Amino acid sequence: MKTAGKAVVMRDAFGQALLDLAEKIPELVVLDADVSASTKTAGFGQANPDRFFNVGVAEANMVDIAAGMATCGLRPVVSTFSLFLTLKGADQIRNTICYNNLPVVLAGGYGGLSDSYDGASHQSILDVAMMRALPNMVVIVPADAVEMQQSLRLAIRRNGPTFIRICRNETPTLFEDAAPLEIGKIRKLRDGSDVTIGVCGVPTSMAMQAAERLARDGIAVDLLEIATLKPLDVEPLVQSASKTKKVLTVEEHTIYGGLGGAVAEVLAQHAPTKMDYVAIQDRFAESGDYAALLAKYGISVQAIVEKAKALAGR
Amino acid sequence: MKTAMATRGQPAQILAEKNRGKKAAMMQYLAQKFRADVFDLLHEKGTGHWGGASSVAELLTALYFDVMAVRPEEPRWPDRDRLVLSKGHASAILYTALANRGYFPVEELNTFRQLNSRLQGHPCMNETPGVDMSTGALGHGMSVALGMALAARIQRKKYWTYVILGEGCLDEGQTWEAMMAAAKFKPERLVALIDYNGFQLDGPSNEIMPLAPLFDKFHAFGWKVSPTEWNGHSIREILKSFDWVRQQKEWPVVVVYKTQKGRGVSFTQDTHKFHGAVIDDQSYAKGQPELMQTLAELEAAL
Repeated sequence: MKTAGKAVVMRDAFGQALLDLAEKIPELVVLDADVSASTKTAGFGQANPDRFFNVGVAEANMVDIAAGMATCGLRPVVSTFSLFLTLKGADQIRNTICYNNLPVVLAGGYGGLSDSYDGASHQSILDVAMMRALPNMVVIVPADAVEMQQSLRLAIRRNGPTFIRICRNETPTLFEDAAPLEIGKIRKLRDGSDVTIGVCGVPTSMAMQAAERLARDGIAVDLLEIATLKPLDVEPLVQSASKTKKVLTVEEHTIYGGLGGAVAEVLAQHAPTKMDYVAIQDRFAESGDYAALLAKYGISVQAIVEKAKALAGR
Repeated sequence: MKTAMATRGQPAQILAEKNRGKKAAMMQYLAQKFRADVFDLLHEKGTGHWGGASSVAELLTALYFDVMAVRPEEPRWPDRDRLVLSKGHASAILYTALANRGYFPVEELNTFRQLNSRLQGHPCMNETPGVDMSTGALGHGMSVALGMALAARIQRKKYWTYVILGEGCLDEGQTWEAMMAAAKFKPERLVALIDYNGFQLDGPSNEIMPLAPLFDKFHAFGWKVSPTEWNGHSIREILKSFDWVRQQKEWPVVVVYKTQKGRGVSFTQDTHKFHGAVIDDQSYAKGQPELMQTLAELEAAL
């Protein structure tokens, strides 16, 4: 397993990817709700003013404008803070985008706790639950900037809706030299037979470090990186759970409806397995430094190590 | 109880008619025929929305039989004019117009709201040929139509985008978000059509959520507004309104039509009580002859 590469600000990588794709995909249009300087779609807008639409702080309207465009052959990327996109645009995402299976990319910026200083009003820790509940929706939580750019490229060409969660902050690069992300495929990062750890998003680098530490303590982790939460890649998950009989999920989301829920749903049906969750409890978080906030709300290398050990009976 | 269609009121005849005055009379007849057919259908199925369907019978007839460039044999023709029926509960009249325009067999109307049908309770674009956007939850249509009109601009196409809004849609905040955005982007050939019948599900709009002064609101939101409230049940007036629309150089454009909810049946018109109520046997027995009487008069005028 390769150690983490240089840190990249994921939202910057998002803005750059849109700029790079503008020429290659003439159908690409970008919409933002008055946060383009934050989400980094502004660069696309400056370079492509005819294909950029800042609709003001009106998320519902933005989502449905994109839907109308998509029915006419365009490939819209809708961008704003994930919390506002998935809640203020929920009816539009369900009844217009998903019901009609329209090719719209929903780029949920400032995902998880990454808008850390702005506090609970801006922190998006239920977006995955919202998006997973929608028929036709593909849900991707990239672990690093590389996966985010790869999933964006794939999503724009998909004939259906895709939600991609984007972190506001610096994240270590993990998959620069790895095989490119495939939608709907689990990435096996480590082989082990004592405990399965399934992880998505920013905590992936933590899970990798935790697996190293656990190995030193004699616990072999089967480490699965699950960037696509829907549709879930069932087979490798069931195989791993059948082997280790213990599954820990790790995510930057509440304990309800995210990766833990998705994995539990599948395993309950195919391979009932003892599980535990590293996730935010059923509560609101607060303002603070991102790393410290993650740690306080239960997402850290230490928390992963402890829960994995408890599951493994050590 | 199905009535046969008058020979001179047949869709094919109407589409071929070159004389504007004659065509208007034929469409006036056709709209009433559609209205009567919807009354039949909703009675037969025991479900559906009569009030709001009846109030847009003439407008939809004019759009599909005169105003819009469409190809029923190629429903997704990229250059077609678009229609978003934001008040999706009026689905029965939309389906009736589409079937008679040739998008699907008229006999299929009989499957309305039944299992395994392409004719869902509210319009579904991936089910029904000719439906440009799924609607039902109110307040979406204005934004969607704006997106379609902007797509035309980006792709240098000349199609028109029409969106039909009722009072319910005008209650929704999203409609006004879209109104603001449309005034900002000013896409060419975006036209909002207001079915202003004065009633919504729970009662008169003036009691539920007053919209007046509606014209002033549209003006204030930066739209080009029709100079008058046109009679939305007169095909001649509707055609006049589109003559006005075609003269416009500033976008977006909104046209207000004064209509009657539940139009055509004395005890269902100008009331909220038949928004979604079942047309039961008694209502049908009383209402159907009234619709037939008007239809006979319009046929005599052909």
